[in-house]
Amino acid sequence: MGLIVSDVTVARSGAPLLAGLSFTVAEGTALVLRGPNGIGKTTLLRTLAGLQPPVAGTVTFPDDSAAYASHADGIKAQLTVVENLRFWAEVHGSTVPDTVYQAFELTDLKDRLAGTLSAGQKRRLGLARLGVIGRKVLFLDEPTVSLDAFSVKGFARWLREEHLARGGLAVIATHIDLGLEAPELELSPFRAAPDAAGGSDEAFL
Amino acid sequence: MIALLKRDLALAVRAGGGFGLGLAFFLIVVVLVPFGVGPEAAVLSRIAPGILWVAALLAALLSLDRIFALDFEDGSLPLLATSPLPLEGVALIKGAAHWITTGLPLTLAAPALGFLLNMAPGAYLWLLLSLALGTPALSMIGTFGAALTVGLRRGGLLMSLLVLPLYVPTLIFGAEAVQRGAAGLPATTPLLMVAGITLGCYALLPFAAAAALRVNLR
Repeated sequence: MGLIVSDVTVARSGAPLLAGLSFTVAEGTALVLRGPNGIGKTTLLRTLAGLQPPVAGTVTFPDDSAAYASHADGIKAQLTVVENLRFWAEVHGSTVPDTVYQAFELTDLKDRLAGTLSAGQKRRLGLARLGVIGRKVLFLDEPTVSLDAFSVKGFARWLREEHLARGGLAVIATHIDLGLEAPELELSPFRAAPDAAGGSDEAFL
Repeated sequence: MIALLKRDLALAVRAGGGFGLGLAFFLIVVVLVPFGVGPEAAVLSRIAPGILWVAALLAALLSLDRIFALDFEDGSLPLLATSPLPLEGVALIKGAAHWITTGLPLTLAAPALGFLLNMAPGAYLWLLLSLALGTPALSMIGTFGAALTVGLRRGGLLMSLLVLPLYVPTLIFGAEAVQRGAAGLPATTPLLMVAGITLGCYALLPFAAAAALRVNLR
């Protein structure tokens, strides 16, 4: 069972952004979301991940299988690379496999404090979190920001060989070409009408 | 949940974690009081229980806005919200970690500061007991306040206004227990009230804090 999104409407602070969105993502495949800035990619991913409820429609995926990764990596500057990863592994009841350090080029940085890493290295550490938590359904919001071309390839390889090949699935919002053979979904046609009925918190504001 | 507790404790004692800040604040406030009210031993002895409790309360308040704000800023909070940990458990652990890093040191330091204020000899045991039973409630109420204001700019000030009135019952019964101890009266009743407030807070407030977090994370 993969991810099934049916007739979903999402809103940000009460204003509907996307409406009537339906798609499915099967296990072992990825879906790339495209669309101009402000169309609602982040809001859609947060809704899919369960951080906010959809205004209408349903999102189904296997229980306790989703992980969300956004612009902020959730890295603690005062902890080392190993400690950061070990924390997320323990929270998810798993352990840190050694292959993760190679896949995300963190082997030489293991004992560095995360606060001393460069922006790209931090991003790699943030993405490495996805490799230790063992979640099948990934919602990735601009995962390649501040990564160089080499790291982007490395991340795409990890996604293809370690995640999708093992029955995982991913929904990715990105502006660059990851080199995945994944279908793309253009969000512009689903833009909600400005006065569409939806989560109107305005009455209470 | 243990992993989260371990991480929060590790973060607190590392550079910039703020461990000891509340303790230093407690110490300075209590040392300042004799300068303000004069050195008469009889006056100090009478106000010591109240001063120690109010100072402990303010010291606990000092670090409350860090409970969720830091995790919110670096993006850990949404990641924790989508992890297998229930948010109620996260709130409970955050409150417990705050108590271990502030309430517990305050409790242990209070008798030494009571000595500075010439507190009655009979009151030391009750001071220790009432703080040990009462400060966990301060941390948990504060966690709820922090959850309500997470994500707000300058939320710390608003949180103080929200949280301080909620501290009143704990303060009344906590200080009362020490006053009675100082006067040689039985102090079990106010202590039981403090313990009851603490247990009630830990039973109910994690759910309220989790609900507030869910709304604030939207």
